[in-house]
Amino acid sequence: MSAFLTLVARDLRLAFRQGGDAAMVIAFFVLTVVLFPFGVGPEPELLQRIAAGIVWVTALLAALLSLERLFQADYEDGSLEALALLPLPLEAQVLAKCLAHWLTTGLPLIIVAPLLALLLHLDPAGYPPLIAGMALGTPILSLIGAIGAALSLGARRGGVLLSLLVLPLYIPVLIFGVAAIEAEIQGFGARPDLLLLAALLVLALGLVPFAAAAALRLALE
Amino acid sequence: MFRLANPNRFMQWSGKLLPWCAVATVLLLGAGLYLALYVAPPDYQQGESVRIMYVHVPSAYMATTVYGLMAAASAVALIWRHPVADIAAREAAPLGAGFTLLCLVSGSLWGKPMWGTWWVWDARLTSVLVLFFLYLGYIALINAFDEPTRGARAGAILALVGVVNLPIIKFSVDWWNTLHQPASIFRLGGPTIAPSMLWPLGIMALGFTLLFVTLWLMRIRSALMAAKLRALRLQQAA
Repeated sequence: MSAFLTLVARDLRLAFRQGGDAAMVIAFFVLTVVLFPFGVGPEPELLQRIAAGIVWVTALLAALLSLERLFQADYEDGSLEALALLPLPLEAQVLAKCLAHWLTTGLPLIIVAPLLALLLHLDPAGYPPLIAGMALGTPILSLIGAIGAALSLGARRGGVLLSLLVLPLYIPVLIFGVAAIEAEIQGFGARPDLLLLAALLVLALGLVPFAAAAALRLALE
Repeated sequence: MFRLANPNRFMQWSGKLLPWCAVATVLLLGAGLYLALYVAPPDYQQGESVRIMYVHVPSAYMATTVYGLMAAASAVALIWRHPVADIAAREAAPLGAGFTLLCLVSGSLWGKPMWGTWWVWDARLTSVLVLFFLYLGYIALINAFDEPTRGARAGAILALVGVVNLPIIKFSVDWWNTLHQPASIFRLGGPTIAPSMLWPLGIMALGFTLLFVTLWLMRIRSALMAAKLRALRLQQAA
């Protein structure tokens, strides 16, 4: 447990030392959302109808931005080989990395999302499912992204490849995240979709470490 | 399966099997097309355009089956370091992507007269589109590394991760309110499709399967021969 926490603390310290990463993700999130009223027109009714979708899609893309660096730095300077030799299993290390990634990118996204939804005139009933959905969904994004990041280590055009691999797997999260908001606004209740998101989270927590660790071992050969 | 891990033995075995598969493919597809286009009755509601089903359903079935085979071959390659399974998985991907594309396009052409739209974002169509993207991602990943074995093993992991999509595709018409019709063949309670349509459908499906097997064996053989050529060239250069 202490090895796990040490790894999380290490990644957090590195992220804070670097500084700009979380800020860049949030800046991208805000800028992209702001583009939409310019693109589709500032009519409140139109924006209200598509607000949930815009916020979720741009959150997805923003999360995608920071994934490339999840394992890249450690892979390049050789720390990944040293980490693989630790008694802490590689699967647990993947979880530690995902937790640190979520704390530095997912959590800021959850905090900023309601503010952006305000800009898009989201129906007030939609805010609780938006926050709950993002709280459940952003960890899934970090986890699934970890598989993509591990698989594309050392590949040519790794960044674009990562997006191509990870976006199809993100689609269920997007579908249920938006459905939760829409259902609540229409009076059907967000519970079923939020429960499905929670199920996806549990599935990801259980399966992703094995896939990502296998991909990391592959990269280290 | 392990006897076929030796590429030479695989070449011998597939060399004997291939002509039979090719002949069977031609016969089954010929018979199937004749039955589908001439013998099978028109639908009481859809008329003659129901005949697109005889291409659409077999290609849909192949799209998911090929992915399943790809994932199985990937698992074998990862667990036992089976060299031919590695190549088999890699060579199946473009075929699977082709069947998926055929399924989506034929479905779209069928949807326009039937549903009045080329596309609808219901659960079945969306999940098959995701399958198509998974195939493309797999092909991109395989080719993204300078070392071919690294690419093959990375692709194997991706193929296994994407298997979660297969039950979603199969059960999407049960779990969600979809425009795409629910299961009429592989369901509890037996098929609900008329026998005069079921038989041509079955023969087309079998023809498509043998087409895939023929093309797959040809591709695996070419890949093995290419690997041998590469090894010989490297030997010569040394």
